[in-house]
Amino acid sequence: MALAEDNKERHPRVPLPQWLKTTLLTLGSISVTLLGLLFVTFIIGRVMPIDPVLAIVGERASQETYDAVYLQLGLDKPLLVQFLYYLWDVLHLDFGTSLLNARPVSEDIARVFPATMELATLGIIFGVVLGVPLGVLAAVNKGSWIDQFARVLALVGYSMPIFWMGLMGLLVFYGILGWVGGPGRVGIFYMDVVPPVTGMILIDAALDRNWEVFKDAFSHIILPASLLGYYSLAYISRMTRSFMLEQLSAEYITTARVKGMSEWNVVWKHAFKNIRVQLITVIALSYAGLLEGSVLTEIIFSWPGIGSYITTALLSADMNAVLGGTVVVGLIFILLNIFSDLLYKVFDPRAK
Amino acid sequence: MEKLLDVENLWVKFPSRQGVFDAVRGVSFSLGRERLGIVGESGSGKSMTGRAILRLIRSPGIVEADHIKLDGVNLLAKTEKEMRAVRGQRISMVMQDPKFSLNPVTTIGDQIIEAYRLHNKASKADAYAKSIEMLEAVSIRDPERVMRAYPHEMSGGMGQRIMIAMMLIPNPEILIADEPTSALDVSVQRQVLDIMDKLVKERGMGLIFISHDLNLVADFCDRVLIMYAGRIVEVCEADKLHEAKHPYTRGLLNSLPRLDAPRDRLEVLQRDPAWSTAPSVSGQI
Repeated sequence: MALAEDNKERHPRVPLPQWLKTTLLTLGSISVTLLGLLFVTFIIGRVMPIDPVLAIVGERASQETYDAVYLQLGLDKPLLVQFLYYLWDVLHLDFGTSLLNARPVSEDIARVFPATMELATLGIIFGVVLGVPLGVLAAVNKGSWIDQFARVLALVGYSMPIFWMGLMGLLVFYGILGWVGGPGRVGIFYMDVVPPVTGMILIDAALDRNWEVFKDAFSHIILPASLLGYYSLAYISRMTRSFMLEQLSAEYITTARVKGMSEWNVVWKHAFKNIRVQLITVIALSYAGLLEGSVLTEIIFSWPGIGSYITTALLSADMNAVLGGTVVVGLIFILLNIFSDLLYKVFDPRAK
Repeated sequence: MEKLLDVENLWVKFPSRQGVFDAVRGVSFSLGRERLGIVGESGSGKSMTGRAILRLIRSPGIVEADHIKLDGVNLLAKTEKEMRAVRGQRISMVMQDPKFSLNPVTTIGDQIIEAYRLHNKASKADAYAKSIEMLEAVSIRDPERVMRAYPHEMSGGMGQRIMIAMMLIPNPEILIADEPTSALDVSVQRQVLDIMDKLVKERGMGLIFISHDLNLVADFCDRVLIMYAGRIVEVCEADKLHEAKHPYTRGLLNSLPRLDAPRDRLEVLQRDPAWSTAPSVSGQI
């Protein structure tokens, strides 16, 4: 006992700097959440009534072949050991091989995810750039025609099925008017023209300074992106409106008016400054939702994204692909949450 | 006495589905370089009167009056833009709870500087110096630190003194104090009032002090308007409040416990429906 105390004195504890502490805590919480996610997906993969061996060898394989593959997959080991193997693989970015096309799942994801990311990012930009001002305007002019217009716009966004809007959009803007490119990411002449760096064609084309490809890719992405943007606009504008209404009835807004401030500054300098934190959460969640991949949109526009990838894998019992996709989507969610938490601290002095 | 503010027949109306609700009904009064108290219970229209003077009643509320004259100029005839030059610069207002009346995500310094620069063409450095000076005037210790702080880091008493500094920095002629001490601890109420009183006196300002606290108003003001159901039922000199004649005022006075005249039972205020229909008493000087 005395010795221990003595030790303590000789090696005084150096307190960790605050930023290091925060970083370590954040990393810790990411890894714990990720571990939980991996465990759940792994268990789901194992309890699914799908025989992974049969999916590989086929129904007519002999018993010897079946047993060999069974051992090779490590299915004879206890579940926990299997999980540790899986964990080890995932840490090395190895999600196994797709049963469907015999390619590594990680390669497939590296190909389909940028496609979704490109679409989702453009979509969320539309949603934020139009949705936030619309929500603010609706709140400031509560009950006016602007408010009613925003309400109807959002209601249509909420209630119209996206596949119908997608098909109609294609029919009108591609089929009849010819203003935009059709389904797919680029026209057939421009496929594989620019070297893939990020996997996002718009960025790759810009990096390559190949503006012709850029223009073509843009004409293809604009319709599905505005469609997704419209749906996030519906949500973001409604949330912005309700956040703003709450702030506009606050007493500090009266203070700002008493000071003799113009209404524009009251709204943007005082009220809007107070909703940034809430807004970030809403936008981050919308973005995460879009990054999961919108299956219907991707199918209608033949967009090779992660949504349609996971769906196809699921329908053909390709569990490795499904698990890999799920882990990536989960990771995105966790990272976006952490990111919005960080911004919280920047924008709200009370959160420090 | 010279009239700084002259209000004649002020009405504040709120249309609703059940018909029009009159929050303030034909109130007339004027304000000189004095401390005018407006007392009344919740819903008597005292706060609405204060806000109507600044034309801060938001739609669908309606403000009507024969005139609200500031130095002889009718405020009701001004455009919204002209009104902005009146707010803050000529008439200012301190509200009840500094926890809610200061913007939580902006530093105190920025909020005070903003109040000054809205009405004065001053460089940031000048505005900063002026703000520090003003914070010192409301007895804030370490004003440099307070300028960098956020409202949630302040106590209620400090918050209210900051609020007073912010509202007085453009040097207005009239200050409306709407229940400025109701949200504060009893121990700091007096201090905040004294600071406000000192500044108002030094600058020769007019003060409208809105409160539900009869004793406080009698103690602190020169003249008192007693409001009931949107009307002024009685006007008297503050030091003669105990001689008040109206049964409502008498009832209020009798419902307060007094140390110098202890009683077993306090009286319960008996309301006469005739009070709310009787014509408003004029509070003109």
